Amino acid sequence: MAAAEHSGGIGPRLSRRLLIAVALTFLGLFLALPLLVVFVQALSKGIGSYLLAISDPMAWAAIKLTLTVAAIAVPCNLVFGVAAAWAIAKFEFRGKSTLITLIDLPFAVSPVIAGLVFILLFGSHGWFGGLLRAHHIRVVFAVPGIVLATVFVTFPFIARELIPVMQAQGKDDEETALSLGANGWQTFWRVTLPNIRWGLLYGVLLCNARAMGEFGAVSVVSGHVRGQTNTMPLHVEILYNEYNYTAAFAVASLLALLALLTLAGKSFLEWRQPELRRAQPVRDRTRRQIT
Amino acid sequence: MATPAAAIDLDNPLRRTPRRVLPGFGLTLGYTMLYLSLLVLIPLSAVFIRSLGSGWGHFWDVVTDRRVLAALRLSFGASLMAASINIIFGLVVAWVLVRYPFPFKRLVDASVDLPFALPTAVAGIALTALYAPTGWLGARLLSLGVAVAFTPLGIIVALTFIGLPFVVRTLQPVLEDLDNEVEQAAATLGASGLQAFVRVILPALWPALLTGFALAFARAVGEYGSVIFIAGNMPMKSEIAPLLIVTKLEQYDYAGATAIAVVMLVASFAIMLAINALQHFALTRHGGR
Repeated sequence: MAAAEHSGGIGPRLSRRLLIAVALTFLGLFLALPLLVVFVQALSKGIGSYLLAISDPMAWAAIKLTLTVAAIAVPCNLVFGVAAAWAIAKFEFRGKSTLITLIDLPFAVSPVIAGLVFILLFGSHGWFGGLLRAHHIRVVFAVPGIVLATVFVTFPFIARELIPVMQAQGKDDEETALSLGANGWQTFWRVTLPNIRWGLLYGVLLCNARAMGEFGAVSVVSGHVRGQTNTMPLHVEILYNEYNYTAAFAVASLLALLALLTLAGKSFLEWRQPELRRAQPVRDRTRRQIT
Repeated sequence: MATPAAAIDLDNPLRRTPRRVLPGFGLTLGYTMLYLSLLVLIPLSAVFIRSLGSGWGHFWDVVTDRRVLAALRLSFGASLMAASINIIFGLVVAWVLVRYPFPFKRLVDASVDLPFALPTAVAGIALTALYAPTGWLGARLLSLGVAVAFTPLGIIVALTFIGLPFVVRTLQPVLEDLDNEVEQAAATLGASGLQAFVRVILPALWPALLTGFALAFARAVGEYGSVIFIAGNMPMKSEIAPLLIVTKLEQYDYAGATAIAVVMLVASFAIMLAINALQHFALTRHGGR
């Protein structure tokens, strides 16, 4: 790009070096050091106690619960994301812009409030509390509540990645397939899905990272029963509050590895499909022509 | 892929049937509305309905309580500070990433998203370990007389961490689109680097700067996980509003928790509408050129 070769105008050599130094120092202090400290603390008492900490049965229970919750929440939001993107990208209808805003709504809500909401609905004093008690169903302070809170906070991720991807694809390919005699499902599986696969993976990756790492919302609805309703982030908190720092950072290091894998996957997908980086849903009715 | 088929179809003069409408509109929109209502709209409305249920008087009493006011002031104040820090350094980071070549640039660029990907609880304990009086940075800062962990300053540090990618990722595409020639013209006409920046670049950037600021601010106001470890959580001093909601819930004070939640939700929705308006404004301005 021309911008990379840019040399004249702003940024003589000195100010350029200075700006790069400021940016790298800031990123080093705020991003690299916190990441480094997680691994240093986790291994501070040697590899033996690190392995001991992550093979603890309570840590395993937390890992299993985290994987289970993500395995339910991500597919739920995936199906929703595909449906929402299909409706929004392929059709024109009134209130589309409002719908896109409403889908983004969970991003504007504090995670703590996301948890509170489900306590107000399903807690013992909640709207459906009596009904659930009569049928001996536990939602809040149990796994279903954790899943609901996770679905809420990760709600927009896949939809908001898929909408711009499908908008850019247009609907010519699908219309061709239909005119050649394919039915709706065949068109979706054979034409649409291959077209949107990178965008779909991108959304799933981001959704999964948040689902496995969510703390605030899950903390409110979990009840913190060790070995039963403790996800990995909650387990980190418990260990930390017990001054068991090495174990806390050991479990945290697994989550940090997940974050690094997510970033690597994200970079790979952005390299495959550079448009993913700046994808924004088009809200107005006159869609910009993509050639 | 369907490309050859498309060519055949378009070349076929016998195609008389009007363009078919894609199927699935009713199904997908219906499912979208149902899922959205059940999981987001109805649960969120529960907060507002519950707060109405306990009456305006009670709501007002909770919201004007000294401890609640202090928590709200701290949450909004610290978020404002953090978003301001992010605007300045986020602009430098975005600028450097877009304009200058340097080693490991791709790695640095990818690392900007770390706060998105790193679970907030992990960020919280890591920042606390760094800035605690015995930590790598905390010890040094303490010898200079600055305490960070367990003070409001620690809250600002955590919220800065959380908000950084919002500012950088909002600015980057705008900077990439910014026409280089305009600045070069300004330079030819004798403008200094700083003059060209203030007069030419900043005016083109301000919608993106404001959007990034609002996004970072909105995220910071509701943030919980990364803050509670480093904050110290002293009522009236370093207790943020989301933590007060949790505290009230633990005391079974649902009405109190709900009242604080309503204040925060209204503020968040207002910020969100402002961001939408800003983006609409930026888009139409951009398109009008």
